[in-house]
This record gives sequence, structure tokens and C-alpha cells, in this order.
Amino acid sequence: MENVLNHIGIENYIFLSVVLFCVGIFGVLYRRNAIIVFMSIEIMLNAVNLLFVAFSTYHQDAQGQVFVFFSMAVAAAEVAVGLAILVSIFRNLGSISIDNLKNLKG
Amino acid sequence: MSGILITFCVLAFITVLTAFLTIFSRNPIHSAIYLVICFFSIAGHYFLLNSQFLAVVHIIVYSGAIMILFLFTIMLMNLNERHEVHRPRITRLGAIVSFVLVCVVLIAIFINSKPIVGEYDATGEDFQSINVLGKILLNEYMVPFEFASILLLVAMIGTVLLSKKEKLKK
Repeated sequence: MENVLNHIGIENYIFLSVVLFCVGIFGVLYRRNAIIVFMSIEIMLNAVNLLFVAFSTYHQDAQGQVFVFFSMAVAAAEVAVGLAILVSIFRNLGSISIDNLKNLKG
Repeated sequence: MSGILITFCVLAFITVLTAFLTIFSRNPIHSAIYLVICFFSIAGHYFLLNSQFLAVVHIIVYSGAIMILFLFTIMLMNLNERHEVHRPRITRLGAIVSFVLVCVVLIAIFINSKPIVGEYDATGEDFQSINVLGKILLNEYMVPFEFASILLLVAMIGTVLLSKKEKLKK
């Protein structure tokens, strides 16, 4: 079986993951809409997952992929709870702009 | 350039482009659609790395479950461009500057660190089929696997509790 990394190289995957992660950071900083912020967090999680799979192929080891499974399970739980919180925020405040969430500020 | 490299470049371009479009589009529903395309292209990367099971699970979980959840929430709140509030220009400028800085610094680090060169050995050993993954998941990682199921159960209960309408107290 031929290793696909011989054609592409692990560096390209590292660069792609870095750029994707930075796009996620950019989204968190740039937007006010809490849902888009959530989507950016998903993009960051996916960037890390991609790097896990690439290194799992590089080391010919399945443990990286198992870790990706667990991170997917955690991401699913996180999105469900986070969106429920967003819905209740929207119900109480009428908007989901993160600037309105200053009640805990002293 | 081999065919695999071209495929990788096209997929990477789609991934980064749709990630940017997710952030820049005004309408949240368009953002969600672009995010679906982004997730599909990441699943394509998994297929390219020959981990088919993970790619299928990724499509089911992300493009299926999570994005449906996002879309339902957006429709429930009835969001559109009207709700959009813009950040002040200085904040947006700061976001762009920090994005460029982080990107440049990280890529410079990875370029200047010891590059991994040479051939990647392929032993031909099967390490990412469903068969092997299932064995590893249910032997070595039995306890974390069960904990993941407990986590999902707790998340479900918490979601139901959170989204229940509170009764008005006097």
C-alpha cells in the first residue's frame, strides 16, 4: 500500500491546519453574532482533527483517529448545550449579539 | 504534479475559501451552508488520507447532525441581516491584524522548525479500517468510550433542561 503522504507531504497538511485554525480565530474576533462565533469554534476543532488524522497516517498508528472520535463526540455535546444556551439567551434578551452579555461584568 | 497533489490543492482551496465565506457572509443561513461545504471538503481530506470510516462518521456527525442543529436554531430565532450588528471599525481592524500576525508567526515557526523530509514508509499494515479501529476502540479505549456515552447522555439531559420554558415566578 502506498502512503499518500509521499505525494503530498505532511508540511502541506500542517500549513492547511494552521490557516484553518487562524480563520477560526479570526471569526471569533471579527463577528458579533454568537452563532457565527460557534461556527468558528467548529472550524478550529476541525483544523485540529485534520492534523490528528494526518499524523495518524504519518505514524501508521490508529490512536490519532481514535482521539478524533472522542473529540467529535465532545464537539457534538458542546454544540447541543451551547445552542440550547443561545436559544434561552435569545428568549430572554431578544438578540444574540455577544455584546449584550455583559451582566456579569462588575 | 501528481493527481493526488492536485486533488489536495483543490480541496484545500475549497476548505479555506468556504471557511472565509462562513465568516464574511451576512446571512447566518448562508454561513451555515458554506460551513457544510467546508465540512464536506474536510471529509474529502479524510478520504484522501485513506481513513474512510472517519470520513463517513465526519459527514454523518458534522454535516448531518451538527449543521441541522445550527440550521434549526437559526430558523427558530428567525435570524436574518436585520439582526446584524457591526463591530466598530477599530475592532475589525484589530481582528484582521491579529489574524495575519498569528498566521504569519505560526507558518514561520513551522517553516523554520526542522522540516520532515524524505520518504514516508508504508509498511502496508492495516491500521485504519473499521475492523482495526473497532478492536482498538473496544479493547484499549473501552473506558473512555463509555465515558463518551455518559457525556452524550448528560449533554442531552442538560439541553432538554436548558431549553424548557421557565414558568413565571411571582
